[in-house]
Amino acid sequence: MFKNVAELINLAEVNEKKISEVMIEQEMEVTGRTREDITSQMEKNLHVMKAAVERGISEKVRSVSGLTGGDAVLLQDYINRGNYLSSETVLDAVSKAVATNEVNAAMGMICATPTAGSAGVVPGVLFGMTKRLKPTDEQMVRYLFVAGAFGFVVANNASISGAAGGCQAEVGSATGMAAAALVELAGGTPRQSAEAMAIALKNMLGLVCDPVAGLVEVPCVKRNAIGASIAVVAADMALAGITSRIPCDEVIDAMYKIGQTMPEALRETGQGGLAATKTGRELEAKIYGESQKRK
Amino acid sequence: MKYRTVFDIIGPIMIGPSSSHTAGAARIGKVARTLFAEKPDQANIYFYGSFAKTYRGHATDVAIVGGILDFETSDERITEALTIAKDQNIEVNFFEEEAIAEHPNTAKIILSKGNHKLELVGISIGGGKIEITELNGFALKLSGNHPAILVVHNDRYGVIAGVSHVLAKYEINIGHMEVSRKERGKEALMVIEVDQNVENPLLVELEKLPNIMNVTKIHD
Repeated sequence: MFKNVAELINLAEVNEKKISEVMIEQEMEVTGRTREDITSQMEKNLHVMKAAVERGISEKVRSVSGLTGGDAVLLQDYINRGNYLSSETVLDAVSKAVATNEVNAAMGMICATPTAGSAGVVPGVLFGMTKRLKPTDEQMVRYLFVAGAFGFVVANNASISGAAGGCQAEVGSATGMAAAALVELAGGTPRQSAEAMAIALKNMLGLVCDPVAGLVEVPCVKRNAIGASIAVVAADMALAGITSRIPCDEVIDAMYKIGQTMPEALRETGQGGLAATKTGRELEAKIYGESQKRK
Repeated sequence: MKYRTVFDIIGPIMIGPSSSHTAGAARIGKVARTLFAEKPDQANIYFYGSFAKTYRGHATDVAIVGGILDFETSDERITEALTIAKDQNIEVNFFEEEAIAEHPNTAKIILSKGNHKLELVGISIGGGKIEITELNGFALKLSGNHPAILVVHNDRYGVIAGVSHVLAKYEINIGHMEVSRKERGKEALMVIEVDQNVENPLLVELEKLPNIMNVTKIHD
């Protein structure tokens, strides 16, 4: 069982295997399940992700609070007009990350990657790449195993909970996972995956969890959006041959320690940061005034 | 290691909006229902830490009741859980606790029906993963991810040997086991996580052993 990124990369390099393969084989060993059983469960996850993305980019979903919804559609319309500044791939990834989180906020069905609040980045980047890389279904499933392998290391050595480690532990982890997975999908090496993860996660360090009214909406949806863009750029940087001066495992460790020293008000309590702004408080008062009626 | 499988990271498939505050809450509720083994008349739910501060926004209340109704995290009926509970004549009460719990996402559930009562404390540790930390006053650590056998017994020598002997006879392998007691020589709880689901004859045989008071199981 690999305990950190260094061991994961080593297993892949020594055995000349992809990271997705190392993850699948470990899963078989730990659970005693067959390869078919494991990959078909991951396919189910992929289908749920696809359905959420499709719903979010075609339907102007609205959350119960009314705080979020409809932005994925706005971005798709903007892409279709063709007059954008970044790139179609990046914007498509961003819009599909947003789509997933908007469906999540509307109490729709999603697949947590690694959590529900950060569920947009990993599928957003994947489905944003389908036009550019034209992956097969098998490659898409493998992308998820790579994301899972890196998330597995973060979850066991640091945290994937906003309440324990801030947003860096959720959207930060998801961004690193997506960057690493995209490298394998694009044909990069296991080592480049680790570099992409390190580069992406470094840029998420310190990110606090400060949701307005405690809801997984503001700023979560837009953090997933920008997380997706960072993941794509970090993968490009790693594929260009750029390496992280600080090894991936040490970046994960830094993230853990930053989370431990983060004040409680900034760890998913809805008490600090954006939640505590004038507008954040006004929205909170408005929402809870309304939600009381539910009882 | 806390996380053992890739599906703890990519998954669960769930109704939003929060894996820890919605899916995790539903799972804690479902373990409580499984252990209670019947529909309760009353469910009192106590929220601590982040759960207490944000449960309305994350639909933690709705989800935990969904779990108590025996719904999976991906069951769309979760969104209607409060109404369904009412229709089934289950009285549900929520309490926001000020006390600081060890973990920020902590919930206590007390289910009752007549004299039958169950008290359980669960924590949601991230990504939908949970741990049960207390059951009827006993400290324990139970993930709910593996089949498990819970044995309430008198704290006497030979009881554990008796139980493991029966398990061996049925060729059941123990993956994780712990014993907890409130006081020496009094009531104790054995939590045995096993590799496969167990059948009723085994539970009946365990209950017939000396000093065993109650046996329940959790399935996959």
